[in-house]
Amino acid sequence: METTSDRLLWMYRTMVEIREYEETMAKVYLEGKLPPKIQKGLAFDIGAGPVPGEMHLAAGQEPVAVGVCAHLRDEDSVVGAHRPHHFAIAKGVPLNEMTAEMFGKVTGLGRGKGGHMHLFDPAHKFSCSGIVGAGAPQACGAALAAKKLGKDWVAIAFFGEGAANQGSFHEALNLAALWKLPVVFVCEDNKYGISVEKGDSTAIASNADRAAGYGMPGVLVDKNDALAVFEAAGVSIDRARRGEGPTLIEVKTDRYYGHFQGDPETYRPKGEVKALREHDPIPALGAVLREQGLLDDARDAELREAIRSKVQAAFDFARHSPYPDVAEAHRHVFVD
Amino acid sequence: MTTQQKTRTLTMAQAISEAIGQEMERDERVFVMGEDVGKYGGIFSATTGLYERFGKERIMDTPISETAFMGAAIGAAAEGLRPIAELMFVDFFGVCFDQIYNHLAKNTYMAGGNIKLPAVVMTGIGGGYNDAAQHSQCLYASFAHMPGMKVVVPSNAYDAKGLMIQAIRDDNPVVYCYHKGIMGLSWMSYFEGSTNEVPEEAYAIPFGKARVVREGSDVTIVTLSQMVQKAVLAADTLAEEGISAEIIDLRTIVPLDTETVLASVAKTGRLLVADEDYLHFGLSGEIAALVAEHLDTIRLKAPVRRLAVDAVPIPFSRPLEQHVIPQVDGIVAAVKAQLATPIGL
Repeated sequence: METTSDRLLWMYRTMVEIREYEETMAKVYLEGKLPPKIQKGLAFDIGAGPVPGEMHLAAGQEPVAVGVCAHLRDEDSVVGAHRPHHFAIAKGVPLNEMTAEMFGKVTGLGRGKGGHMHLFDPAHKFSCSGIVGAGAPQACGAALAAKKLGKDWVAIAFFGEGAANQGSFHEALNLAALWKLPVVFVCEDNKYGISVEKGDSTAIASNADRAAGYGMPGVLVDKNDALAVFEAAGVSIDRARRGEGPTLIEVKTDRYYGHFQGDPETYRPKGEVKALREHDPIPALGAVLREQGLLDDARDAELREAIRSKVQAAFDFARHSPYPDVAEAHRHVFVD
Repeated sequence: MTTQQKTRTLTMAQAISEAIGQEMERDERVFVMGEDVGKYGGIFSATTGLYERFGKERIMDTPISETAFMGAAIGAAAEGLRPIAELMFVDFFGVCFDQIYNHLAKNTYMAGGNIKLPAVVMTGIGGGYNDAAQHSQCLYASFAHMPGMKVVVPSNAYDAKGLMIQAIRDDNPVVYCYHKGIMGLSWMSYFEGSTNEVPEEAYAIPFGKARVVREGSDVTIVTLSQMVQKAVLAADTLAEEGISAEIIDLRTIVPLDTETVLASVAKTGRLLVADEDYLHFGLSGEIAALVAEHLDTIRLKAPVRRLAVDAVPIPFSRPLEQHVIPQVDGIVAAVKAQLATPIGL
């Protein structure tokens, strides 16, 4: 990604890809989980179908992932959270192996032993965790390693606004500032910690204000906009790369689906998602690209078609891959 | 072959810091993080002298933020470094256990073996010096209960050095538990048997190889850590009364040397487990179950006995604490009672 135009186009394409991926997963996930194919009396069966278990989708939150990752290199580390697909895709994690992991197949990133909240791709320096707030200290470790190795690599910790009330967040911020680590903490405020609204969990309106308590810059991006994230992240990542220490960014973003697929969302005002979707960040960036002559209808259709094929191929790969042999359950507790 | 090795008498603390120092010389990826590991040299002297030799970039004092630095150890290990993170007292795992058992111990598995986490969590264990319920526990069995961590529990300086070097070289997470009461500190009474001859050069002791501390024929005492030193004193007393006790020092509990335990119990026909961790659902029950599962090849002469900390927090008051933690006299009494109690019908 040499020029800004290249990066803008990459961000647009990647947002489209993330959206396509999440919308596909939203449908595939429900396969086999609904009546009449499940136990009588149930409305939904979480353990059934080709993709069992929980599923946290990130549609709507694409700007955070692409705005940050547009500045990253292969050697930079990203630690995501329990809703990780957008970060993984933006960091370059291959779709085939990622999807196969979510299907529990042996061709998956973790040979089917991690699942969708635990995606590990050392080749692209991506990891994530299902425990809220756990990633921030680990990103500090990656940043510490970069510093010790004399590299100008940076580490990104992505997490939700709920994680900012965990002790791990506060410990990590202090450590990062104290040791001037090349890490950027990126908080996605999607307004809800499962069902609890931010105002009912957090004493202040913006977590960015908490940065001052640790002697680091705090930046609030108050709209779900890829360009705004791109600008804020660029300044912070450059700063970290120069060895000037960490930054905390909070982005106000939007969660289009429930906390997990199957979430009844009774806590959410009627029509909220519909209203949010009217300000969708993908066409918004598309409009900017069109103004700059970087995108037109034909090009848009072409890239969307290519992305549809790519995502479809990943799901096909996952469906047709074999499950691990049961002996696999006993392997890799330790490396040999 | 008799190559004369140059040895000195070292305390366990000296042996541990020597091991770390030698590995740091050999491998620049090795570094230490923890509370008071730098200028202070470690509250229990496990890093004494290292700050002066390697400086603050490699012997890193941390804030009192165990979650932050355990997590940082994971992140750094994933990048190819080899951190040693000291958890000052094992009792403090409560403030950072998520990083340890949900991440350090599981990430390799969930990554299908694609990630190595060569980190050592070094921690002080044990009571006997009246530090009460939050600073006296052993808890090694809690780590061993959960998959993904190797657990090392040395009883003397020679083993402490070789096992630390092995721990640092291992590509997996290792929890290294040193008992405070055998470190040979100048400010806490200790069992002198733990201070012994240690070769100057670096050497590694493989994990999963228990040591027969003393051969015997009447009873097998399976033990570890400081309790090994107590068992040795108990065996001396028993020997005066014509009772021959065999002592097995497990040295590591993950991996566990089941072969040595089973062979010894098969020979003596009696098993006493002497443990300073909690009695219930722990190491002593695990060893007893191991023997029970092999009664097709082992003929017991007496029911298995277990000595460990009963289901109470470690009390502060000296007589209470000494009562709750198994002592030399208790081991002697347990063996005698065992010899007087044959298998019934």
